[in-house]
Amino acid sequence: MKIEILGTGCPKCKKLTEMVTETVNEMGIVAEIGKVDKINDIMNYGVMTTPALSIDGKVVAAGRIPSKDEIKKWISGDKPKSGECNCGSGCCS
Amino acid sequence: MLKPFVDQLVYELLGMQKGAIFSEAVNFFIYDTIKIFLLLIVIIFIISIIRSFMPPEKIRSMLSHEKKYIGNILAALLGIITPFCSCSAVPLFLGFVRAGVPLGVTFSFLVSSPMINEVALVLLLGLFGWKIASIYVISGLAIAILSGIIIGKLRVEHLLMEIVFEKKGEIHGLSFEMSWKDRIEYAKTYTLEILNKVWPYILLGVGLGAWIHGYVPADFLAKYAGADKWYAVIFATLIGIPLYSNAAGVIPLVSALTEKGVAMGTTLSFMMAVTALSLPEFMILKTVMRTKLIVIFASVVGAGIIFTGYLFNFIIK
Repeated sequence: MKIEILGTGCPKCKKLTEMVTETVNEMGIVAEIGKVDKINDIMNYGVMTTPALSIDGKVVAAGRIPSKDEIKKWISGDKPKSGECNCGSGCCS
Repeated sequence: MLKPFVDQLVYELLGMQKGAIFSEAVNFFIYDTIKIFLLLIVIIFIISIIRSFMPPEKIRSMLSHEKKYIGNILAALLGIITPFCSCSAVPLFLGFVRAGVPLGVTFSFLVSSPMINEVALVLLLGLFGWKIASIYVISGLAIAILSGIIIGKLRVEHLLMEIVFEKKGEIHGLSFEMSWKDRIEYAKTYTLEILNKVWPYILLGVGLGAWIHGYVPADFLAKYAGADKWYAVIFATLIGIPLYSNAAGVIPLVSALTEKGVAMGTTLSFMMAVTALSLPEFMILKTVMRTKLIVIFASVVGAGIIFTGYLFNFIIK
């Protein structure tokens, strides 16, 4: 499993990294925790607010620090539904 | 509603003497603290719920379709509900401009988002009432809209860094589906997060206000910064720029300053400069724009803030 923290190094991004590391340890799973801190790379994830969290290449939260329970849920495979284009008014046309 | 309760607590339960300077200060402190915390909880919670419907990604797709003027107005309004962290300034800026949101519209958003924030709003509402709070919001919106329109007219696209134009067209909007349960959970977490951050400032601010209320003469600062001092507004704005904080940090200052004779327009300018213009944000923005554009941005917004300060010093006597 690959978990990435997206952020340019603000205090909240560091906090999130700590939380993810703790959660992974608590769950006793093997995961690669990486950091994406280049602005262009972050933008490629479609994220505009940091910190953001990506699990196996899928962004699960952006612009906030999720709770440990949420992180656990996502790691166990219950990803939030997200669409690349569910904004209704044809934004991706 | 709250007043009799606090009176009861201070004069009956604590047995403090009504009318004495110290008991009045305690009364003032308890009353204002409760009032501001209640306002914070209610307002931040409501704004967070609204925000859960309007993530930046959605705002961006709305704005990339709007034409000038309407776009500026919409951007400024949407900026109100969006919390601003200078860490997100660059990704937001890139995200907007790359998706085809006009530069001027992007700036309207960048001004309104930090300037009109919920903590500043609650603070003004709690300390000075709804009239002053609405004046702050309306003039903040006006500054954001006009600054954006002016910057848009200046045709400053050549002052953007190359990075802004890289990889254009590969934008995919990201959004999450949320249930009402998620929204309430999100709003609750966010409200607690803000409370956790600002409570010491509020206690300090209200405490300082209560102490000053009783012990420092009311016109103590008037001779330096009253409405008749022409330089006060400019001075307040300039001091506000390096003072970077999330509005909460200036609570002690703002409550104390106005109480002791600083004119309301001057106080508003100071608040606006603290929230809307910040040195760290300017540094961060250097990744995406040349220094000249940052100077233009700061000057246009700064001029708007100064103008607002004079206007309200003139109107509110």
